Amino acid sequence: MSWTGEDTGQQINDGHPACSGCGMILGVRHLLEEAGEDSTLVIPASCASVVQGVYPYTAFDVPVVNTAFAASASTASGLRQAYEQQDEDTNVIVVAGDGGSTDIGLASLSGALDRDDDILYVLYDNEAYSNTGFQKSGRTPGGAQTTTTPTGRIGRQKDIDEIVSAHDPAYMATASPGFVPGLRRKAEKGLAADGISFLHLHAPCPPGWRIDTDETVEVARTAVSSALWVLFERERGGEYTLNNPSVSAFRNPDPVAEYVEGQGRFDTATDADVEALEEQAAQNIEYFGQFTDREVSPR
Amino acid sequence: MSADLDRPAERPAGTEILSGTGAVARAVRDAGVDVVSAYPITPQTEIVESIAEYVETGELDASFSRVESEHSALSAVMGAAQAGSRTFTATASQGLLYMSEMVWWTAGARLPVVMAIANRALGPPWNIWGSHTDALSQRDAGWSQVFAASVQEAYDLTLAAYRIAENEDVMLPAMVNLDGFTLAHTMQPLELVSETAAHEYLGEISIPHELDVENPRGYGAMTGGEDFWRFRRRMMDAMAAVPDATRGALDDLADVTGREYDLVYTYRTDDADVVIVGLGTMAREAEVAADLLREEDGVDAGVVRPILYTPFPEDEFAAAVGDATPVVLDRSTSFGRGGILTRDVVMALDRPVASVIAGIGGQSVDYEDMARIVRQAEPGETAWFGGEIQ
Repeated sequence: MSWTGEDTGQQINDGHPACSGCGMILGVRHLLEEAGEDSTLVIPASCASVVQGVYPYTAFDVPVVNTAFAASASTASGLRQAYEQQDEDTNVIVVAGDGGSTDIGLASLSGALDRDDDILYVLYDNEAYSNTGFQKSGRTPGGAQTTTTPTGRIGRQKDIDEIVSAHDPAYMATASPGFVPGLRRKAEKGLAADGISFLHLHAPCPPGWRIDTDETVEVARTAVSSALWVLFERERGGEYTLNNPSVSAFRNPDPVAEYVEGQGRFDTATDADVEALEEQAAQNIEYFGQFTDREVSPR
Repeated sequence: MSADLDRPAERPAGTEILSGTGAVARAVRDAGVDVVSAYPITPQTEIVESIAEYVETGELDASFSRVESEHSALSAVMGAAQAGSRTFTATASQGLLYMSEMVWWTAGARLPVVMAIANRALGPPWNIWGSHTDALSQRDAGWSQVFAASVQEAYDLTLAAYRIAENEDVMLPAMVNLDGFTLAHTMQPLELVSETAAHEYLGEISIPHELDVENPRGYGAMTGGEDFWRFRRRMMDAMAAVPDATRGALDDLADVTGREYDLVYTYRTDDADVVIVGLGTMAREAEVAADLLREEDGVDAGVVRPILYTPFPEDEFAAAVGDATPVVLDRSTSFGRGGILTRDVVMALDRPVASVIAGIGGQSVDYEDMARIVRQAEPGETAWFGGEIQ
């Protein structure tokens, strides 16, 4: 399958109302091209529920079930149950934000992981409640301004990947719109996995991160090159596999300051905030570095 | 599911001794429900325990999902219904409140989910015993509600609930209420419908807005002020179709079982000067109180018991009460307004009624208590049994 401009049968129509440069819609477009038309989306309250369009229009060429904020994983579980009873093989895909996944929807996500329902859960992570105007979520980085942390978030991001990993899903991976081939490969693996799979998609948000709309891919890549966003995957019972972009980044990491300075949301970040993010990147290198044979640099 | 546990091709009609919870589970089995999801809560738990056993032993070819909360239980069956399956869940009390968001979502999504409620008080203080406040708190969410007063009714009304919910003019979810413990845990003889007859009675489920990947549509998407009211207006019209749908469902069931039900059940009302009004088992007990009042007090007493509660069958109810003085036994509270049932009764009759809050949280109210209540209750007043009325 190609993603270079030929007729790919993409499942998102032109004219959708996503913000220019939206990292989520870029990632979800590729995801849905992998999934194809025999798919059903479950979308809770989130940017995705707006991006699909206002009734009577829809931007998606697959059925969409909208559900309550905390209910996306369980709604998807019910769909899967029904399809199994009906001997249907349709993909059931959740597209939910970081608030809906790591905060209000964490219990239903945990339940679906525990039951190992055969769904693909995509968490697109714009690191705040972007749909409601950019308030702090569990995934907001330390030092980042949101409308409810006007002087910068205190603390650090909730580690949803370790939480999910502790449930030992059939397949889990992180992905980035800065590295599309890997994103597509992981979507394909997640869809094919026998059991629940979890795809954690980094989703730069130009209005909330206060970056230009043409900087999404570059900022996403800088997150990886500075080791703040780590690209890895893991199959059930196995260890993390560190992916090449992060292996390269770990050998020669870019300064965290480059990532921070490019974004307006860090305008009030103090030196201590930046040091804390540097520490987080260093911990990433130390922890995930053990899952590659290749040499990595200590910070 | 092991091959040697294949269910028999036909389960015949017959009589068994079962509890209210057992009867609901048996109805779910005989209906051949496809997808069940539930979370345990007293006094509902035996319903889904029985269904889990039917599924694991192959007696029911369904998918049973053990979810992590009531919120997920209802969202799971909502998803399954959206995919076109016949679904079931059950809960009570705090569990119903915890799923309240999905109660509204399921109704707004116009999905014919059926849910049993083993009615129980809401805390605090903790109380696991009978009250109707849980179900009545969801009165305006867009679900039809029926109240059973016997094990047989729990079974029959569960079967009928699918016909009501799936009626093409309705397409709204349905709640089957049975009093916690009083009915949920009481054993009574139950006449079963054969599996074949149950399947013929229900027919194939058909949801017009079932998901179809060949014809992709978005369900529940954002609407603006120019459209939202249209969806709510359609729900209002659908709810208005529930009484006819219920009558049809009960009449067709009578053809199968010989058991006839009206929307409002009456006992000795033809010549009654006083009628006791209540929901569920209290109104069954009230039949004994009516007999007692007639024999010992010379009061011509009767009982009026709505089986369909939401929407409230106002015309049938008013006709059943006639000119008699109603004494409403309310197992619910609307703070600042009295009993919840009482407000519906007043709306239907447009005249003062005697309202007594009695039997909440498992308060014992036997037929002799009810006779005393009738002797003391005053039209236009709200009294508490145990308080103003001893």
